[in-house]
Amino acid sequence: MITGTTFWIATAIKVFAIVFGLVNLGAILLWVERRQSALIQDRMGPNRASIKLFGKEFRVAGLLHSAADGVKMLWKEDFVPPGADKLLYQLAPVISLVPPLCLFAVIPFGPSIYPDNLRRVFGSEGWNAAASYIPLHISMADSGILVVFAMASSGVLGAALAGSSSDNKFSLLGGIRAASQMVSYEVTMGLSLVGSFMVFQTVRLEQMVQWQVDHVWGIFVQPLAFILFFTAAVAETKRVPFDAPEGESEIVAGYFTEYQPMKMGMFALGELVEVMTSSALITTIFLGGWQFPFLKLDGFHLEMFGIAKPIVLSHLAVVIISAITFVVKVGLLVLLQMQIRWTLPRFRYDQIMKLGWRILLPASLINILLTGIVLLFVNAR
Amino acid sequence: MAAGTIVIKKPRRTAADQSYVVELVKGLGVTFKHLFKGLNQMRPGGQRPDVTKMNYDEGVATLEYPEEKRPYARRWRGVHRLTLRPNGDVRCTACLMCSTACPAQCIWIKPAEFPVGHPSRGHERFPEEFVIDELRCIFCGYCVEACPVDAIRMDTGLHMTALDDRGSFVYDKKKLMSQVSQDGDQLTANTRPEPGDASHGGITRLKGH
Repeated sequence: MITGTTFWIATAIKVFAIVFGLVNLGAILLWVERRQSALIQDRMGPNRASIKLFGKEFRVAGLLHSAADGVKMLWKEDFVPPGADKLLYQLAPVISLVPPLCLFAVIPFGPSIYPDNLRRVFGSEGWNAAASYIPLHISMADSGILVVFAMASSGVLGAALAGSSSDNKFSLLGGIRAASQMVSYEVTMGLSLVGSFMVFQTVRLEQMVQWQVDHVWGIFVQPLAFILFFTAAVAETKRVPFDAPEGESEIVAGYFTEYQPMKMGMFALGELVEVMTSSALITTIFLGGWQFPFLKLDGFHLEMFGIAKPIVLSHLAVVIISAITFVVKVGLLVLLQMQIRWTLPRFRYDQIMKLGWRILLPASLINILLTGIVLLFVNAR
Repeated sequence: MAAGTIVIKKPRRTAADQSYVVELVKGLGVTFKHLFKGLNQMRPGGQRPDVTKMNYDEGVATLEYPEEKRPYARRWRGVHRLTLRPNGDVRCTACLMCSTACPAQCIWIKPAEFPVGHPSRGHERFPEEFVIDELRCIFCGYCVEACPVDAIRMDTGLHMTALDDRGSFVYDKKKLMSQVSQDGDQLTANTRPEPGDASHGGITRLKGH
């Protein structure tokens, strides 16, 4: 691994790319969600916001509505309820936006880059094995996925603090609902991945991806865990069908009832970033991370189709294809989550709790048991 | 059990319903169908169905209002127009039936006699001024029903637009005569021989019947 000044520069670039990319993608996701939901409901969606340049009107398919929203939010009055706890009230939106952003620190979005070997084929003659490399994830924490769980758990704080600090009964109800729902589903989230740890023999996400590159995608070894984790991740984002914390037909807007534009925007953005991070997590653990099917570090391996000779690619091409693959996989999962959000009605609160504690939790325990038994037989062979 | 009692079986949930996953996939199928249909229609060059005639489930149903408009029904009562004779004169004979029938009293007519020597003098009058206050009008259509000579109609297909001041809503004779029907028609459908024509019957009382 690279060290010294280069390391810090590389890290700064990665952090900037991730934060800048996620926040801006959040704005684009707002547009995607609006247009997608519109088409699902046989509507057209917002397409009117325009900008005048050189005497011509550009509408950019409604993308500018997100920008217009931002401008509107910034110019609206920032009102704090008189009875609110000033500090916690201001802190809550930050706490709900920052953890999902931090989550991305441990998620690898591509294979490690070897700057000295960009034009060579991985592992071939001339490959400089001693060269330093840049890992394409920010944090080298050994705890790996445990950081993810810690961060996801602190996301609860945002909603709970917002609910309790804004001096409003509806907010309080929403905060309580959010806290209990997220705590319940975190149990499943953690336990459903234990099976994956047992298979991958690691908690570091980049090693999990490497295992999947070497063997097979996680969804094929842990299909039940995939469904469980996906459900729990959707519930963690507090979106429909698990949006009881903000159920607008029951408790106005739930925990952010008392929040005005830009702070409410931070909650909304945090929600969209959570959708992206949960998609990235599912991609990394179950869908092979940045791996393009049949692409290994030195090129395409198509032995399965009777082509014995691998199609070799240079290191740079592999990195670029892998990074694009990661983005595409995450994007497709985000679209799927949005589709589910516009397909299902909201669950009743007791149904959410029942699903979490009586179905998902036992199922994830059974998954651990089954994984253990299968691993015993596989390893004994 | 009494005779004639109909027993309806309570619907039972199947295992597929209970697991929810199957039903979720079915629901996703429905929404994806709509999504892809809409995407196909909204892509550049895509064909959208005629919104005014489409049925449910045929794709994007949005009417982009200021650019696209839904045509009104033929019987829909819009802004008035005064119909014309073939020679371009106003068809109205200033009989005051419409202003009498008007419940909102928004029609004001100043009748006038034709000048001496005009073939129509003695047969009918003409409106020197014909004013409708469109702000007072309640669009009941009584004036159209009352008119004996098809001189006033509400088939322009226009609804009242927002204008700058109240005076602009008071339509005078010239403005009313310039309105066009939805078909682009300005003439009356009730053409009859003009006084002076050979086919004109004249006035019955003058014939001494």
